Amino acid sequence: MTNASNASATRRRQTTLVPNLIVIALFAALLLFFVVPVVWLLLAPTKTANELIHDNPLSFGSLANLGAAWQHLIAFQDHALLMWLRNSAVYSIGALVITLATSVPAGYALALTKFRGRKTLLVITLMVMIMPTATLVLPIFLELNQFGLIGTIWSVILPFSFYPFGVYLVYIYFATTLPREILAAARIDGCSEWQLFTRIALPLAKPVAALVAFFSFVGNWNNFFLPYLVLPNSDQFPIQVGLNQLLSSTPSFNPVAGAGLNITSPELALAIIIAIVPVLVLFLFSQRALVSGMLAGATKG
Amino acid sequence: MTALNTGHEAVSSVTPVRRRAATRGRAGLAGYLFVSGYAILLLAFGIFPTVYAFFLALTNDRGQFTGLNQFIKVAQDYRFAPAFLNISLYLVMWLLSVVVLTVVVAIVLRSRMRPRLSAIFRFLYYLPGALAGVASVLVWLFMLDPAVSPVSWLLRSLGFADFAAVLSPGDLPVILVLIAFWTGAGGWIVVMYGALNNIPDEVLEAARTDGAGPWKTAWHIQIPMIRKWIAYMAILAFAGGTQLFVEPQMLQTASLGRVSPTWSPNQLAYVFAFQHGDFNGAAAISIFLLALGLICAALLVTRSDLFKVDES
Repeated sequence: MTNASNASATRRRQTTLVPNLIVIALFAALLLFFVVPVVWLLLAPTKTANELIHDNPLSFGSLANLGAAWQHLIAFQDHALLMWLRNSAVYSIGALVITLATSVPAGYALALTKFRGRKTLLVITLMVMIMPTATLVLPIFLELNQFGLIGTIWSVILPFSFYPFGVYLVYIYFATTLPREILAAARIDGCSEWQLFTRIALPLAKPVAALVAFFSFVGNWNNFFLPYLVLPNSDQFPIQVGLNQLLSSTPSFNPVAGAGLNITSPELALAIIIAIVPVLVLFLFSQRALVSGMLAGATKG
Repeated sequence: MTALNTGHEAVSSVTPVRRRAATRGRAGLAGYLFVSGYAILLLAFGIFPTVYAFFLALTNDRGQFTGLNQFIKVAQDYRFAPAFLNISLYLVMWLLSVVVLTVVVAIVLRSRMRPRLSAIFRFLYYLPGALAGVASVLVWLFMLDPAVSPVSWLLRSLGFADFAAVLSPGDLPVILVLIAFWTGAGGWIVVMYGALNNIPDEVLEAARTDGAGPWKTAWHIQIPMIRKWIAYMAILAFAGGTQLFVEPQMLQTASLGRVSPTWSPNQLAYVFAFQHGDFNGAAAISIFLLALGLICAALLVTRSDLFKVDES
């Protein structure tokens, strides 16, 4: 009996050995796939364009090279990089403020008040939220063009502020955490609807507001399509559109336009790192947010 | 006391109806005020652009109604079919890789790895997501350039001598899948892992006592139980994939014009609007894409119970 079970255990070990090796190989390959480009990117600005080609790709160059790359990058179009970063901050934060100011009350009202059209509004919100943001970019461009709003900062901030996913997150949050009875009791105590919202709902909304802020900021900071269409001037570009312009000024990717400029591979790599720093910082703390955001409203089981 | 009580009862037996009605009226008005800011944005940047795109697609540049002519015109354009074919090829590869790999990886991370190690893996897989968009394309331009790439040996052994050889038009779907997977898969692995975490331990315990090995448990218990999340991921990945713009646009720049500037339908719409000045044609193409997005959204909203539309 013990012999038999030992034998079957050995057999089982043998049959799981090969799948285990495959799994280990898969995980190692994926790890390299995800991590090596990041490591390469972080090391690239410490080398000269020449060293990038001839040295070990994953070696550290020198801090002096990093400083030189920074000088070249800053000099590009007279501090254009800093201006693009500032523009990105203005667009993303401006949109974030309007998003929070509109989505928190809207999500609250959808969850806890009754009004005609509530369900219709909710279904439309869901539909627009699931559609990829790029779907509406060209129609929004055509609309803004019709009204002569192209090239103003509002042509970016206002469309960025429209964030149905944020409304849905707030709706789910209030629907599951704030019992109607509490509001009903407060109403009987003479609270006005405005007081209910500001004194009961708002203090509870902090976690979901942070969640909405995270998704909204990351999405808008990385958005390229809309600003690319509606902002014609370089001094209005957010950093993503600016990076695109840097790309077409880099000799290795565009020998014609890049001639005579100091923007080479290390400068471009440094620009990428600078462009993603704000999002990267958020990402370091955001895994939990991602899960609770994407699984929001999950019916268990 | 008794009198007071009865009085009270009398009052409360009369007023609930009236009070409820009054409350609903008050809350109803307040509800409208609370949603008003968002509703204005929804009208301005959700509903109106859609309606306006329909209007443009059904008229010509002088505003005359032309029926379906714009749709027929763009569909017969020599670049229309190739653009949709390109993204179809990309979508097949992207969906297969993202669905199979994220589910397999999430299951292994959930059931066959120590929690701390699993957390480290999830974090490292997830991190490139911070480089979504332009940054990811730029990073991959370097990764695919044999002159600077850390895997230049691999590129050379695959027969790519230089950057121009890598960036030939036929390779674009593979390159786009690499980029999409690099920035997107980690996030989905984290989400699938979260979904797997929602499966009660007792269920897995019961499977184990019934003699199911880890692979059988995965196939017969875990995958069926997160099936709707897999569908959710597939539909969102599909919808997002139909809208490709940034990635092929930048690869086109970097390829020095060898890749078509109308590789994806969104790029074709862009060319119609900005190079031909044909807003009506551009609107017609975006209606095609809008329809794809709407179908996906309608599928998810009506066919799954993932989204709550009413408090239960």
